Amino acid sequence: MSGKKRLIDENGLRVDGRRWNELRPLKIEVGILSNVDGSARIIQGKTHILVGVYGPRESFAKHVSLPDRSVVRCRYRMAPFSVEERKSPAPSRREIELSKVIREALEPAILVEEFPRTIIDIFIEVLEADGGTRCASITAASVALADAGIPMKDLVAACAVGKADGKLIVDLSDMEDKYGEADVPVAIMPNKNIITLLQMDGTLTSDEFNALLQLAMKGCKRIHEVQRKALKDGFGEIKNLVLEE
Amino acid sequence: MGEKVRSRSIVFPGDLIAEGSFRAGAYTYTEGNKIFSSVFGLCEIKNRVVNIIPLQGFYIPRVGDNVIGVIIDNSPTSWQVDINSPYIAVLQFSDALSKPVDVAREDIRRYLKSGDVILAEVIAFDKLRSPLLSIKGKDLGKLENGTLITFSPVKVPRLIGRRGSMINMIKKELSCKIIMGRNGRIWISSTDPQIVNLVRKIISLVEEESHLPGLTDKVKSLIVKERGNIDR
Repeated sequence: MSGKKRLIDENGLRVDGRRWNELRPLKIEVGILSNVDGSARIIQGKTHILVGVYGPRESFAKHVSLPDRSVVRCRYRMAPFSVEERKSPAPSRREIELSKVIREALEPAILVEEFPRTIIDIFIEVLEADGGTRCASITAASVALADAGIPMKDLVAACAVGKADGKLIVDLSDMEDKYGEADVPVAIMPNKNIITLLQMDGTLTSDEFNALLQLAMKGCKRIHEVQRKALKDGFGEIKNLVLEE
Repeated sequence: MGEKVRSRSIVFPGDLIAEGSFRAGAYTYTEGNKIFSSVFGLCEIKNRVVNIIPLQGFYIPRVGDNVIGVIIDNSPTSWQVDINSPYIAVLQFSDALSKPVDVAREDIRRYLKSGDVILAEVIAFDKLRSPLLSIKGKDLGKLENGTLITFSPVKVPRLIGRRGSMINMIKKELSCKIIMGRNGRIWISSTDPQIVNLVRKIISLVEEESHLPGLTDKVKSLIVKERGNIDR
């Protein structure tokens, strides 16, 4: 599968110069869109994603809402210019599947029972894709939900781990995803250590899988720190707090 | 056991706030005897009650609240009212008019029509049914000859201030009637663009600095400065 491509050189460095356990440079910003209730932008290496959240709000199509909980809807979309070869703007099978996977990774964290009869809309726009878009989308969407003030059990942080050239690696880039031996995206609620997304593509021994899961947990915790910092920075200077009434 | 974070510190969704004999207040959830924050906000622990004051959020109706609503539609028995909330409110004709109306004979839009702004009281709400409003009461009813400004509902307590200190100061300084809705809406009984602009500036100052001290003084000096420009 790995063919002739070398993903890890003799010094143990990956194609983009990272060590095996290094994350790509990660930047998250909140509150960047004004027409939505909550928003976030994530730049993880060359991956660049924008997320907007509406809600909770009453659904105009009444049959969509449920009497006992809020309905979460999610749309993951890749811009035509997000990949090297132009992507058709029509929703692809992959986009529809990822929308569902991302929604199911976020839903357990949202306290949906608090807002019956409403809907929460999450719109994810991938502007540039360089691997790990589903994980970056989950990370950013969870921050956007917090930015909208939607009550949640915990943030959700996601990180991909995998195997390339026989070595276990963290936070895969597009090359490593395509030509590596395995890709395991993981999303967790970092305060609770609950896994909300776990997928696997490729071949791994069970020992390797267990080791990777531990690496993913560590990666997610580091991403969680960045999420918290982003929320805090989005609110400007916070010191000498005052509370009134 | 005990408090896990300092009162008045910043908390994130999922943060453990306290463990043991505490009472869970607004924007928290419990697992056993542990209390967690459910939003991004400021934590407040007073008399062993844990509350989170959210920094972002929306308005959830509460019975007894005065809200400013905008009529969006009418049905054969009621008006639908946008109250800047996840839930659309209902104002029944019987809670608005003193005598019964026959919709078949009379055009209900004579009384209230789409786009009208009202000050109303929430009289019933339980999340399973739409919030019910009433405009029968002192000072309630249609608002006319003024300007509506909408802002973040979580900033309402700050704009009111301690026992109304902030809003009373603004009213006094601007000498125009200002009506506050709990749902993040404010009605200024003035169509003077300079006054309206000044109120907008005040609100954006409050929104940006709601968590910083000395806000009332800052707002006051902003008014004094801007009023100089208006008089001239």
